Amino acid sequence: MTPENYRHICDLVKRESGLVLSEDKGYLLESRLMPVARKWQLADLDAVAAALRKDQNGGMTRDVVDAMTTNESFFFRDNKPFDQFRDVVLPKLLELSAGKRQIRIWSAACSNGQEPYSLAMILKEAGAKLAGWKIDIIATDLSREVLARAKSGLYSQFEVQRGLPVTLLVKYFKQEGERWQIDASIRSMVQFKEFNLLQPPRGFGVFDVVFCRNVLIYFEAQMKAQILGNVADVLAPHGVLYLGGAETVIGVSDRFAPMPNNRGVYELNRQPVKAVAVG
Amino acid sequence: MKTCLVVDDSRVIRMVARKILEELDFSVCEAADGQKAVDSCQENMPDAVLLDWNMPIMSGIDFLRALRKMDGGDAPVVVFCTTENDINHIREAIATGANEYIMKPFDSEIIQSKFSQVGLL
Ligand SMILES: C[S@@+](CC[C@H](N)C(=O)[O-])C[C@H]1O[C@@H](n2cnc3c(N)ncnc32)[C@H](O)[C@@H]1O
Repeated sequence: MTPENYRHICDLVKRESGLVLSEDKGYLLESRLMPVARKWQLADLDAVAAALRKDQNGGMTRDVVDAMTTNESFFFRDNKPFDQFRDVVLPKLLELSAGKRQIRIWSAACSNGQEPYSLAMILKEAGAKLAGWKIDIIATDLSREVLARAKSGLYSQFEVQRGLPVTLLVKYFKQEGERWQIDASIRSMVQFKEFNLLQPPRGFGVFDVVFCRNVLIYFEAQMKAQILGNVADVLAPHGVLYLGGAETVIGVSDRFAPMPNNRGVYELNRQPVKAVAVG
Repeated sequence: MKTCLVVDDSRVIRMVARKILEELDFSVCEAADGQKAVDSCQENMPDAVLLDWNMPIMSGIDFLRALRKMDGGDAPVVVFCTTENDINHIREAIATGANEYIMKPFDSEIIQSKFSQVGLL
């Protein structure tokens, strides 16, 4: 592929999704985009770049961006954040929202659905404590492909063995040939929507909890700050934000502060009250 | 160092499992069937058991029943590791006292993920 074409595709991916590809990612581009080339019956990536320049309705652009996303995810990824949600944040919300009996959660880069479904299972397991409560789990992603998979609730044998306790597997999954499908009672708890994090989240309402994990790592600092700002705008004053293991707000955005003694969990930064000097 | 008993009639599987578990800092013993596993537990109760289902002489599920009746047999964390991958086998295993269940084929990531879920790592 010519250097110009390489740059053209990288720029387009960054503009459309925020994903930054460094100079040495030629092999990645090649392996991810050859299937797209084949789908559009093009010989190579130079032909793809040429076609992208003339892509009027954005169909190919969408395919290219979709193909460049990394969608790896697990149930209860890293365990700790989900334990922390169940044991610390959820009990607090039960108290705080006892009046309106509503909990609203946003899984902001939900990939194949393991993250929102893990949260749904935690809430289901909370059982009677949540009887009569309205639970909203909004799960969004840029990629239509992962959203379709997430909605189907179908997972491979490998996927249901990474992070998912076997007791939850037998309780909430059904075997469908080689695959396992999560129960309709869990699926119906999650609303999947297409949403690009580069846009301000309008029309989603206010959230008590936001999971935005393992997606900021792909973005440049300024983009991270902007997205964190957008998230802060839709978070309730008592709300919490969960980031991935390799992500932080420190040095990135002053809208959030780490929740003491809870790694990977963040609260809104209370504006420091200026001390008034007396006398 | 924690101990893990690997029970499987295939030498190759025992070898692969041993390698993975040793990398996770376990001291590993092996048994080729359920009866040998019972003998091994009578001598030395392990912290964990990685357990195949179908084996000659005594099956994994029969071993598990025997183990849970032994003195101190409540203690070991038992993780099935078998090609029996239908929900009825899994249910039976849990009902009999298994702590986790791995459907073959497995790899080191699955073992690691399951072992950390049950608090062995
Ligand atoms: C590695 S997955 C993380 C999944 C899950 N949150 C987790 O922690 O396991 C990253 C996801 O971010 C999505 N993504 C990438 N750029 C995005 C953007 N600009 N807007 C929304 N989603 C995006 C990808 O499609 C992918 O599904």
